Formats: sequence, structure tokens, C-alpha cells
Amino acid sequence: MDVSQYLEIFIDETKEHLQSLNEQILVLEREPENIDTINEIFRAAHSLKGMAGTMGYKRMQRLTHDMENVFSEIRNGKMKASAKLVDVLFKGLDALEQYLDVIVNSGDEGTEDNEDIIKALNDILNEGLGGGAAPAPAAAPAASVSAAAAVAAQPASEAEMGVKPIKLADHEKSAISKALTEKMHAYTMTVYIHESCILKAARAFLVFKALEELGTVIHSEPQVQQIEDEHFDLDFTVVLLTEADAETAKKKVEDVFEIKLVCIEEVTQEMMAQDSPKENGEPEKAKEAVSQKESTAPSAAGAAASAGAAASQQKTANKPVVNRSVRVDIDKLDDLMNLVSELIIAKNGLVSINTSDIEGIRESGFNEQIEYLERITTNLHQSVMKTRMVPIENVVSRFPRMIRDISKKLDKKMELYMSGEETELDRTVIDEIGDPLMHMLRNAADHGLESNEERIKAGKPEVGSIFLDAYQDGNNVVIEVRDDGKGIDVEKVKKKAVEKGTITPEQAAVMTEKEAIDLLFRPSFSTAEAISDLSGRGVGLDVVKSKIEALGGDVEAKTVLGAGTTFIVRLPLTLAIIQALMVELGNEKYAIPLGSIQTIEDVVVSKIKYVQTKEVIHLRGDVIPLIRLRSVLDVPEDDFNPESLTVVIVAKGDKLAGLVVDNLIGQQEIVIKSIGKYINNNKMIGGATILGDGEVALILDANAIV
Amino acid sequence: MEEHVSSKEIKQYIVVKLGNEQYGIDIQYVDNIVRMQRITRVPKAQEYFKGVINLRGEIVPVMSLRLKFGLDPDEITGKTRILILKLEQQSLVGIIVDEVKEVVNLDEDSIGKGSYDANDERAMYLAGIGKHNDGLISLLNIAGIIVEKEKEKEKEA
Repeated sequence: MDVSQYLEIFIDETKEHLQSLNEQILVLEREPENIDTINEIFRAAHSLKGMAGTMGYKRMQRLTHDMENVFSEIRNGKMKASAKLVDVLFKGLDALEQYLDVIVNSGDEGTEDNEDIIKALNDILNEGLGGGAAPAPAAAPAASVSAAAAVAAQPASEAEMGVKPIKLADHEKSAISKALTEKMHAYTMTVYIHESCILKAARAFLVFKALEELGTVIHSEPQVQQIEDEHFDLDFTVVLLTEADAETAKKKVEDVFEIKLVCIEEVTQEMMAQDSPKENGEPEKAKEAVSQKESTAPSAAGAAASAGAAASQQKTANKPVVNRSVRVDIDKLDDLMNLVSELIIAKNGLVSINTSDIEGIRESGFNEQIEYLERITTNLHQSVMKTRMVPIENVVSRFPRMIRDISKKLDKKMELYMSGEETELDRTVIDEIGDPLMHMLRNAADHGLESNEERIKAGKPEVGSIFLDAYQDGNNVVIEVRDDGKGIDVEKVKKKAVEKGTITPEQAAVMTEKEAIDLLFRPSFSTAEAISDLSGRGVGLDVVKSKIEALGGDVEAKTVLGAGTTFIVRLPLTLAIIQALMVELGNEKYAIPLGSIQTIEDVVVSKIKYVQTKEVIHLRGDVIPLIRLRSVLDVPEDDFNPESLTVVIVAKGDKLAGLVVDNLIGQQEIVIKSIGKYINNNKMIGGATILGDGEVALILDANAIV
Repeated sequence: MEEHVSSKEIKQYIVVKLGNEQYGIDIQYVDNIVRMQRITRVPKAQEYFKGVINLRGEIVPVMSLRLKFGLDPDEITGKTRILILKLEQQSLVGIIVDEVKEVVNLDEDSIGKGSYDANDERAMYLAGIGKHNDGLISLLNIAGIIVEKEKEKEKEA
């Protein structure tokens, strides 16, 4: 059977199980007696083993099997979860993750046996169980032997496959002859069911059903009754009379789940004449049929090649590239379906209005339908976006494990506290945000937190804390990575920057604290004195920053010397489609994302004040700098000097700015497109969109302008 | 052109005109040729980038070869075309040319290396000189023309 169709599910579920194992073992480390956790671990390990086995990943199965043995002993109270055991278990999980990675990339589990981990597991089993440990370790090798045997047995059995000879009764023969004279075909077909199939009879039933759609099954071996009662091995042979050709019949049967192989052979008049089942000619034909099944692999292997070889060839030839998938709640899909139906109704409405003769009806009905359509597309957009939303939990759930490892490695005591894991983000963002977050957490653990002794000296609790908080803020999702460590020494940063020539001493002297901290995001800037395994290679925060900016977000750092550092990542909730305000500058049109707009004001020119020769306005207690978009964007000037200005107040975090525009066009839903990487843009342009008339309008990134 | 194969390799070039000069563009890079259309200016972009256009729903940046080569600015006529080039997957770029003339087949023998001063900036835009029917065609090094972002950035910094 071709299991590649299950590959995606397998990968998804394996990831989930591994994740849950990671989490549960972390709990186990803290509470070795927690029976719920142990049960949970056992269940996850067991399903993992089952799935790996079903998919034919023997090495993975073997490793999980041995891990399961250990869990089972713990569950039975015969062993305790020691620190050493937990370490080995984590190593085992890492190895499983590696298998999974290899599978994702190549569809195959690779050749790493991880003998050392298996040995370590078995050693622990032996130790833990003392003298009476004989059964468990014995079981493990036995299992591996049987696994190996299965591997060996498989190709052999596949090679033997072919159309099995059958004996036909006289009336069956006459039926075949009659059918042949009526221009029908007669086929002998042997169907092999996959070893892992649980409901053989059900599969066989489906095969029969499929065949009966095509024609008549006049004979089967074993008999139909026996097949229904599951009294058969993994194969059965039938004689089919049909008008369809061999390919169709074969295809039909192969479409049934968990069918490993179908061998088909035509029964001709001559064969009928020869009477007895043709022992000699058969193997040749069978092999042909086999290679036909593997037809995706070039027939270079030749008829003599065993099916097993062909199958492995096929595996390397077309690596299954695993698609990225999202699990969607069925309700959300129903919503989508409803909206699409409405869309069709709206379209039909437009068609009927168009054919209407009366001008008035046409006019008003048209507008009505447009409004209707607009409502539907907006809802549709929201629904589609919802299906793309994934809770941030998917990325952050692996962090506690990571922090534990770092903690061990650095010999620093620390604890990670997370909140807001349920906050949802677009799938594309989720995929990309993992690395930057990991980097920031590592930074916090490595540079942020002091060593245990230093902490005690500073009068802080010995165990350092790292916080990861996610929450929604308007149209943004904010993720904060905070530590209660030593904070960033701004003077040290400045000194370093001067040393590196990034800034001049004069610049350093007038730099605000915030500007100095921003230096950290410059390329190749690291304050760590020694390069450690974890961080400090100088490729760090700048990569984090560029990655987050590529996602349309931004990152900033706040620090209090001696009390800790906070990195604040702000990400757009959705990508691709946003609400925007269209504005006009000269004869150019620009879009400003609605999410960043606070208010729109009319400002009388005489009310403009000057602070340090910069234009500001006073608005409800705030002093807001004015930004003349025309000059910022080099729009050709004209002699247009109105008495009052239209000012769009935008916000970035808690910073406000007023963008001066010529005209407001209105609010519009726009699709964000990239303007490509070749054209230089200085970040003020967040992308472009295509307007209703086909014209291109640029999208201003308020964050970059403010 | 780097290596000589026994069977002469024939490459197809699209011949375009800029002023009086003829330039050849390797046809494998050409995705499309469109008429001049409205270009949306992109502020603060490189001077030779005229802006972006909408090519059937895709946003494509368009550069002026004339400005890139330091010639006079484009004069838009009925013959002006935008060649849409594709260097890699999903990144199109358009170049404005005065006129698209023809497609020529050039074998290796009719392509010579230009004798340019290595310091001449324009030298890196050329892949060679093609001879065709008594005329000379400057063959463009498309990658050199388009992928120059880093350098430009430095200049501006």
C-alpha cells in the first residue's frame, strides 16, 4: 500500500505527540510521582510507536518501543524517573525529532540507528529493575530482531507476488467463453492487502463492490463467504468479467484503501483451451504486472527486478515534498461554504439585473447587489483569515524544554513563564516567528540573566525568571520577552559601538538611551565578551529585527539596568488583506493601513507651532510632530497653499505623528503585494496594491515614517 | 561563451534599441514584452527605477535602461516597450527600451568579448558583443544590471 497519503497526517500527529512528550517529561522531571503525567507519557509514546510502525519506519518504531518499555516500568511503579533517565529520554525525543525531520525532507527515516540511546535506555531498565530485569531487556532485543526480520521479509514476499493460479469449475469456464464471444474481457486478478490493515474483510468487501460496478465476479479464491469471515491471508484472487479494460479494473481496485498490490492478467480463448491454470507462463506475466504497478519508476529495472527494488527506487525518485497544512475546524469550513453559496447567489442576482429591461430597476438593483457582494466578500475574507489563524502555542510550546536545556548547559537556574499562548496569528507568521523568539529567549537566558552567585549577591532570587507574554493589541499581536536579569548597560553598548566604529564618540555623547539600545539591532553587534555556544557570535538581534520586519512587524527593546530587559515584538494580525485609508498627494495615491491611524484632523495652518524648527501641532494635550508627506515622499510641489491641512494622526506604539496629506479618498479593503526585492525602498513603502481601475497605489508603512 | 563546446551553441537574443545602439538580451530571461503603461513612482527608489506597474495582478518594478546607462531620459513613443525579465522564480523586473526590433540567433563564433576598461562601470553590464548582419549588438549581462542592490545601498549610505 502506498502510505504517502498518510504522510502529512503522520508528520502532524508525530509532532503533536513529540511536543506533548516534551511537555510531560518536563513535568515528570519536577514531579516524578505524578501518575497522570506518566500515563499521558505512556499513551503518547504508545501511539507514536504505533504510527511509526504503520508507516514502516522501523528505526523510529524501535526507539519508541524501548522508550515505551521504560515508561511502562515507571507506570507499574517498578522504577523511578531519575534525572539521568530524563536526560536520556530527552535525547530520545531529540532523536525522534531528527527522524521526523529526515522524513519530512525525504520521506524516508534515514539510517541513523541511535544505538547509544537505545543502549542507555536498556541500561537504565536493567539498573532500575535490578536483578529481576530479565524480561524487559530480553523483550527489547527480541523486538528489534523481529523488526529486522520484518524488514528482511518484506522484499522477499513482495517479490513472490503475482497472479495466483486458480482452478475454475466447468460452468465458470463456459461463462468465460461466453463472455469472451460477447466482446467482454475476462481477468484473473490477485489483490494483496497491506500487512498493517486491520479490517481485511472490509477492504476485501470494498474491492468486490468496486469490481461489481465494472462487471461480474464469477469466481474467487478463497470463496466469498470465507473472505467475508476474514478467513484469508493477505491476498485473494478473483475472476472478473467486464467490458472495461485491464487498466481501469486495476485502477478501480487500487483506489481502495490499504491495498498493497493488484496483479491482473487477461484470460483469453487460447488459455481457456489450454485448460489448466498456466503455471509456466504465469510468473513472467505476473512480474510484468508488478512493474506496471510501479510504472512511475522508469522500467529500466526490467521485468526481472523485484517489486521491492522498484518500490525503493520509486521512493528516492519522487521525494514527497510535504505540504504545509493547517488543521481547520469543520465549523469554519461550513462558514466558508455558506459564504461561497451566498457569493453565487449574489452573482446570479447581478446576472438577472443585467438582463432586466427597466432602467430604474437596473440602477437601484445594481447598487443593492454591490452592497450585498461587498458584505459577502468582507465576511469571506474574515472567514478565510480565521482558517489561517493558528494559536501561538504551536511555536512557543517547545520553549520550556529549550530553557531547561540551556539552564543545564549554563548551570544557571531559571524558569520560563508563559502567558497568552492562545493568542492567534496567521500561519505564515507563526512559521516564521519561531526562530526570532527562540533567539531572544536564548539571549535572555545567556546574556540577560546573571549567574546564580551574582543574583544572590544582587539580592535577587537565585532562580532567574524569563517571561514570554503574548496578547492582542488592536490590529497587532504583541509578544514580549522579558527577563529579570541585569539589564543592558547602555554605556557599555555605546563604548562598544565607538570601538567598532559604528558611531563616533561625539555621537555617543548625545545619544539617548533608546537610540543606544537600538544599536543592538545593528548588524554584527554583540556585547557578550566571550563567544558562547548559545549566543554572542554577533549574528543576532539584527537578524531577529530583519525577520520580524519582513513579516511587517517591528521589535523594540526596553531595559532597566539591574532589573531586566524586555523585548517587544509587534506583529500584524493578518497579512495580505487589510483595511486602508486611501489618500492623495499631488496626483499620486497612497494607502495608509487603518490599523495605525488614530484620528483624522483638520488643522488650520496658523495653529502650527515650531519646536526645534520642526512643525508640531497641539492636539488634546499632546504635542504631535507634523510630517509633510509630500516632501518625505518627494512628490512634486505645486503652488497649492490651503489655509487648513488634512492631517492623518498615526501611532506607532505610544508615539504619535501627523501625516499631512492633500486629500482623503476613503476607506478601502486592499490586497498587499510586494514590490519586489530589486527596487530599493527605504521601508516607508510597505508594499503596493492594485486599485479597482488597475492602477498601482503604494502602501505607506506608518511605523517607518513615524 | 566561457567554454568551447564542439557543437556550436546557438543562443537567441532579443534585439532592442536604445537611441542608436542595439542591445541583445538573452531570450531565456524574457518573460514578456508589454507596451508602455502607467508607472507608479516609488519614492526614494534608485533613480533609474521608474516605479512599479501592474502586470496582470503582479506588481513589477520597472527600470529605465537609459538612466541606468547614463543616457538621456526616455522619450515615450509608440514604439516604447517594457521587457519583463525573469531572473529567478517570482521576481520579475521590467526594463524600458525604445524599441524591440527582432530576435536573432547568435552562435558562439559571432560573439566576441568586449574590450572594455575593467573600471568602466558599464563594462559589467555587458556580456559580450554579437555580430549580426554587419551590425554589432551589445549583449547585456542581465544579472549584472538588475542585481546591484548591495552596491547601490552602500552608495546611498
